[in-house]
Amino acid sequence: MVCASLSFIILLAIIIFILREGLPAFSKIGIFQLLFGTEWSPTNNQYGLLPMIVGSLVVTCGSLLLAVPMGIACAILLAEVAPVRVRQMLRPAVELLVGIPSVVFGLVGMLVIVPTIRQIGGTGYSVLAACVVLMAMILPTIISISDDSIRAVPRKYKEGSLAMGATHWQTIWHVLIPAARSGIGAAVVLGIGRAIGETMAMIMVIGNAVIFPDSLLSPARTLTGNIAVEIQYASGTHASALFATAVVLLAFIIILNTITMNIFKRGISGTGNR
Amino acid sequence: MAQVTARSKQKIATAVIWASGVVTALILLTIVLYILAKGLPYVNWQFLTTAPEGGLSGEGGISSAIIATVYLIAFTIALLIIPGIGTAIYLTEYAPDNWFTSAIRYAINTLAGVPSIVFGLFGFALFVTALHFNFSILSGALTLVCLLLPTLISTTEESIRAVPQYQREAGFSLGATKWQTISHVILPAALPGIITGIILCIGRAIGETACLYVTMGGGSAVPTSLLSGGRTLALHVYYLATDTRASEKAMATAAILVILIIIINTLTNWLSQRFHTRMVGRT
Repeated sequence: MVCASLSFIILLAIIIFILREGLPAFSKIGIFQLLFGTEWSPTNNQYGLLPMIVGSLVVTCGSLLLAVPMGIACAILLAEVAPVRVRQMLRPAVELLVGIPSVVFGLVGMLVIVPTIRQIGGTGYSVLAACVVLMAMILPTIISISDDSIRAVPRKYKEGSLAMGATHWQTIWHVLIPAARSGIGAAVVLGIGRAIGETMAMIMVIGNAVIFPDSLLSPARTLTGNIAVEIQYASGTHASALFATAVVLLAFIIILNTITMNIFKRGISGTGNR
Repeated sequence: MAQVTARSKQKIATAVIWASGVVTALILLTIVLYILAKGLPYVNWQFLTTAPEGGLSGEGGISSAIIATVYLIAFTIALLIIPGIGTAIYLTEYAPDNWFTSAIRYAINTLAGVPSIVFGLFGFALFVTALHFNFSILSGALTLVCLLLPTLISTTEESIRAVPQYQREAGFSLGATKWQTISHVILPAALPGIITGIILCIGRAIGETACLYVTMGGGSAVPTSLLSGGRTLALHVYYLATDTRASEKAMATAAILVILIIIINTLTNWLSQRFHTRMVGRT
């Protein structure tokens, strides 16, 4: 029981510490100025987080747009279409990729993707590079969880559908995917969480300039990057503003989780299966 | 006619799935092969045993990073095991169905989703600043414990739940107390699963950067005590990539990380297969 309380205490401690350090920023700068201010310039006492909020959202959405269709396609391939031998080769590879450290993805991004994008225009350190790197990072998660949930659909669903004369593809599209959607949803939510929380790989490829990204080739900065880049030398209101950044980040994660959980609850109760 | 459309649809869909699936898999495999191909040629004995010298050209090897990584992980796991396994035992065997249990479950689920950098910030505020551990292996390890606790709890819980109910009943029917049953029947049966969980945690600790970046300082000297700062292999990759021009050394370090992850994956797969055979009996 003492042990069990520990994780509860840690969560409380995290919330208390982050709030305690972050609240002075909210009161000193003003919550509106902090959330919607467009200038972030600690030397001039300007602390607006909007560029970073936009940066985080753009990068997350971009990488999801790329990764979700590819991930689900790959999961269908693994779970239903591919012969056993292909599956036996690919599945461990995907699992391996889940564990590859984010700095390694960041490094490949820096040495391969950034120079490639530089050919198109700009410095290469850009929103586009960040989206591509994030895509590669969240793909394995999405693939392996979607694959699991498609394979967890009871066999009789598939047999029932095939027995009624549906083709394999019709069975996949109309029976298996709908039945597995809560698992696939969970995979996407995990992907979002990983994308929003990713720090080091983002610092390495996104350029970290505090501006509104006006094109895919322009640099940007994420909320996580904002904390990591500046915390080691920040003090006073500046440090407090960084803790406030973490408050915003946490709020995002909690809101996201709640919204998606509600959507899936509704979706599941609608069809009447658990 | 409808048959024909369904058939051709099936063909098109299968082709699309194959194409996109294979492309995706190829992209991912290329990343791993690229790192290994670019990095491994630079890995040699000297690289592993000399300390990094710092500076713009990034001279030297990775010995201090290896030592710091080993220190950090050993200390983290030592701190992590008792609370992690204890919580899992409590939740599976003792916890009544009340608000306290659901509060703990909520806390564990929420902690599992908190980004690494937020743990880092917390560690920075509590361990580095408030407790004056400064940028050190100790601060890094304590932060990592917070980060890894949910992972270890849930993997241990799963493996304890996988122990069949009749083994518990057999324990009780022999007159064993609840704790005797847990320590002599359930934990030994669940041990391979628990070890798999610990190895998973080691794997995550090896790859973790963001929360250590703000708690360990990143000095390149060989750490002499728990209170001295340091950089893990993963942090070393970051510093090499951003502060120096030694991209081939960064690649070499990354290749070592990838190989470590491959070893850890193979180990966990092997263990969980053995665990599975033991639970369901030999087939």
